[in-house]
Amino acid sequence: MSGPPPARRGPLLLGVRHHGPGSARAVRAALDAARPAAVLIEGPPEGDALLPLAADPGMRPPVALLAHAADDPGRAAFWPLAAFSPEWVAIRWAQEQAVPVPVRFIDLPAAHTLAADSGTGPDEAGSVRLDPLAALAETAGYDDPERWWEDVVEHRGDGAADPLGAFAALGEAMGALREAYGDEGRARDRVREAYMRQRMRAARREFGDGYAVVCGAWHVPALGARTTAAADKALLTGLPKVKVETAWVPWTHRRLARAGGYGAGITSPGWYAHLFAARDRPVERWLTKIAGLLREEDQQVSPAHVIEAVRLAATLAAIRGRPLAGLTETLEAVRAVMCDGSDVPLALIEDRLVIGDVLGEVPDGAPAVPLQRDLTRRQRSLRLKAEARERELELDLRKDTDAAKSLLLHRLRLLGIGWGTPAASRGSTGTFRETWRLRWDPELSVRVAEAGIWGTTVEAAATAKAEADAARARELGEVTALAERCLLAGLSRALPAVLRALADRAALDTDVARLAKALPALARSLRYGDVRGTDASALAAVAGGLAERICVALVPACAAGLDAEAAAELRGHVEAVHGAIALLDEEGLGERWSAVLRALAGRDRVPGLIRGRAARLLLDEGGLPAQETARLMGLALSPAAPPPDAAGWIEGFAQDGTLLVHDERLLALVDTWLAGVPESAFTDVLPLLRRTFGAYEPGVKRSLGELVRRGPARGAARGGAPEGFAPLPDPSRADAVLPVLALLLAGPPA
Amino acid sequence: MTMPENDRGADALRPHAEDAFAEELKALAAADDRPRPARWNLSPWAVATYLLGGTLADGTVITPKYVGPRRIVEVAVTTLATDRALLLLGVPGTAKTWVSEHLAAAVSGDSTLLVQGTAGTPEEAIRYGWNYARLLAHGPGREALVPSPVMRAMAEGRVARVEELTRIPADVQDTLITVLSEKTLPIPELGQEVQAVRGFNLIATANDRDRGVNELSSALRRRFNTVVLPLPATADAEVDIVARRVDQMGRALDLPAAPEGLEEIRRVVTVFRELRDGITADGRTKVKSPSGTLSTAEAISVVTGGLALAAHFGDGVLRPSDVAAGILGAVVRDPAADRVVWQEYLEAVVRERDGWKDFYRACREVTA
Repeated sequence: MSGPPPARRGPLLLGVRHHGPGSARAVRAALDAARPAAVLIEGPPEGDALLPLAADPGMRPPVALLAHAADDPGRAAFWPLAAFSPEWVAIRWAQEQAVPVPVRFIDLPAAHTLAADSGTGPDEAGSVRLDPLAALAETAGYDDPERWWEDVVEHRGDGAADPLGAFAALGEAMGALREAYGDEGRARDRVREAYMRQRMRAARREFGDGYAVVCGAWHVPALGARTTAAADKALLTGLPKVKVETAWVPWTHRRLARAGGYGAGITSPGWYAHLFAARDRPVERWLTKIAGLLREEDQQVSPAHVIEAVRLAATLAAIRGRPLAGLTETLEAVRAVMCDGSDVPLALIEDRLVIGDVLGEVPDGAPAVPLQRDLTRRQRSLRLKAEARERELELDLRKDTDAAKSLLLHRLRLLGIGWGTPAASRGSTGTFRETWRLRWDPELSVRVAEAGIWGTTVEAAATAKAEADAARARELGEVTALAERCLLAGLSRALPAVLRALADRAALDTDVARLAKALPALARSLRYGDVRGTDASALAAVAGGLAERICVALVPACAAGLDAEAAAELRGHVEAVHGAIALLDEEGLGERWSAVLRALAGRDRVPGLIRGRAARLLLDEGGLPAQETARLMGLALSPAAPPPDAAGWIEGFAQDGTLLVHDERLLALVDTWLAGVPESAFTDVLPLLRRTFGAYEPGVKRSLGELVRRGPARGAARGGAPEGFAPLPDPSRADAVLPVLALLLAGPPA
Repeated sequence: MTMPENDRGADALRPHAEDAFAEELKALAAADDRPRPARWNLSPWAVATYLLGGTLADGTVITPKYVGPRRIVEVAVTTLATDRALLLLGVPGTAKTWVSEHLAAAVSGDSTLLVQGTAGTPEEAIRYGWNYARLLAHGPGREALVPSPVMRAMAEGRVARVEELTRIPADVQDTLITVLSEKTLPIPELGQEVQAVRGFNLIATANDRDRGVNELSSALRRRFNTVVLPLPATADAEVDIVARRVDQMGRALDLPAAPEGLEEIRRVVTVFRELRDGITADGRTKVKSPSGTLSTAEAISVVTGGLALAAHFGDGVLRPSDVAAGILGAVVRDPAADRVVWQEYLEAVVRERDGWKDFYRACREVTA
């Protein structure tokens, strides 16, 4: 309106590659040159109402336009926009004019797309049609279509000479391509294009021919084609429809980079942002940036390195016949010049610069994200009010509402929304009770908005977050904890990913102590899993694999010359694993574990503490005959054994005195051995025994003493009854306990 | 005075690259119309084609010399066209020397300007030595000087090669710093210097698993662009390489050919790749990696050893038991840690695999 009337006929069709920085620059140049009266953009028309927010100073890309079914936030689609997206540039251009130019979205409404499929993700427009582009690239002699596009379109500078010519040429090429390939199999495209044409007709009535359309290059020929309004209308009748709500949500470069799902499949958003933002000398600036990052990581990178890298990248581009060094050339130059040919620093560069950590922002006044709405709905249905005052909440997990509350709180915690924190239960210690401390801080709303990128419902978001956390976790312990939390939060859909990560970490972990630490938690989870009705078979497989690895690695780890402290720690692990393996129901595992214990008990290089413990565990489960135990004891405590080791053995073997009191067989073993120690050696053994037996409680010591004094009678004692007991139990007296037991096990009447 | 003339006959046990592929080089030079750096026989593009193979406009087929990622060859050739030297790194058996020889042959038409790095390589091998008879008879002068391959390359603007750079003692390595940064080699005894003319560059190879020997000083490292030659990318490529090399070696050792052994070769390669990559071929299970390199070269020697065993003590057919001991020896280098890795691998991966029962049993037997 403010510019001169356009001389050409028909609207200005700007075919772009979504998220292409070169396209974005070219679009801006073309808009500046043509000054259209309106800008139409490929995107859901439901977003029109939200467009003014794009001009808000609080709005910072990357952001995404989100559309979801009003009654089912899980059915949603995102249209991500980065600063370098041509669509974003066009929106901003229109808003920045002295007299703002109207902007409209013209794609098929989300109301139809969401109704047609239950949210298969963003419109396919999120990616350029790779296949036909590949054909075009091949014609030009390129093996990589993305690179061809970059050379021909993205790297072509500002196109200052003829800002519109390139778009015309591209439109023609696409036309030829669509003629050659047809649009077979793209029925949805036909509908979408028909809708876009309808919207263009409406725009023509309003603004005349002087409007511009920014859309995926693939659509250009179809939008320029002459069709009748009636034919288009026919295509559009009878489409299913749902009620749709829209919102802006903050987005990240990392999610732009994610292929599939809601990602835009842009592998190098950081590089694109750089290309778009750099005023001049993009390659030099890029390599300087990389050098800066490497220096921060304490790599020695001098300006000379940068110079060499720039030269190498330029020469490489020349050899490959490219107009400008691209991402591949610069990274290859960096690898050869700055990283000594290693891929490790390069991975860092990929992560921090090529993808980057940019997080978008959405102004406070923007409509709420669906996650917030889902949360509010759940709070209402569970009668769980968000209050700033801190209060305590007691939950009885056997009740349905309480269990649902627990799930919600656990899920929110997984999402980093710390509304409730678990507190120690007062009074009752039962596993069916949970105590929470609730407090709603205003900033939690921000957390909810941030968590909005993970999904549209609390459950979906927590699942996605747990999966991402599992992929990112470094240590085995983190993943085990995560698996437990997933079970608590009832996220059975996240479990496969978490368990995969768990299996991977376990496979790579060389520290058997860490493996051993992880196993009991897993075995525990397995039981919880049963209680809470989650599918535990996958968990069992992972736990079984973990146990297998422990069986292989435990003996060498114990025989590796441990000091006393490490031995004590490992002893604890041996015990914990022993308990856990008993819970695992895997074929042959028990025997293998017994074999491991036998090896531990019989190997000289294993510290006495562990050897003794292993012997005892074996004895307890009947895996070691009494004679053999006696032999081992004699060996361990013989004069040639170093005293600390021998002391450790007896400590490990007889650490709990109470059992010694009650298990006469055990006592007899110790007794027999002690009685057999020659007099001359007895004084040497005495300190060792004192160390162990001296630590017993006085009561235990006294009982032991009495038992030993009665020693010779133990054969008779075994057949007879202990003092104060009848020879046989009295059933009627025993039955009297049952009502109390029933009460204990079943809990109070609900 | 100069290097002894080579008897470049067809009888040579192993002819130089520039002789073996003289026809291809000639055809490439004829077809090459792109700009060539000073004193290069070919343009960088043609050098890359020479290494990677292709078909020229006149129909001449250029055989691929290096089977691997294109970008590696391109970076290497490009480096030679700048004034930075090229360092080829890689585990044994990744064709470092082979690539270096062919690069030199294609660029300068001469791959013989070679310094072999050993623990005993003296400074003279990189700078110059003296012909003492002449020195005594005529006194110091250029005639009494015996130039090193590096010195000749500098004077003639060719590509010099240094093999196994990290085996050379550190002080001798540092002789290269002046050569690479100042592009000159001073001869203080004569008060002269030899300045490198355009076209000079240097290709060094080094084994990156063998760091212990003589670490490259950072001063020297800065003068090199580093290219790491990777192990074969796919199992099929590696099986192919192993089978071909084993076949050649088997003929040299007069071992009977064992076509049925391909199954066993594939198994050895699979085991090596899985342990090396730390993940099973189906991408489902991660495994720990042992401390050894498990390079293709080692796979070749395991299979050759197995073949010898089968030929002399077995029925001539390569069986799991023939390769099991060899694999164990290659995998378990560190008796404690690697043994755990190997046992875990056996129990977690091999035991479950269909059709690997014999192999599992054979391995258990030698491992126990």
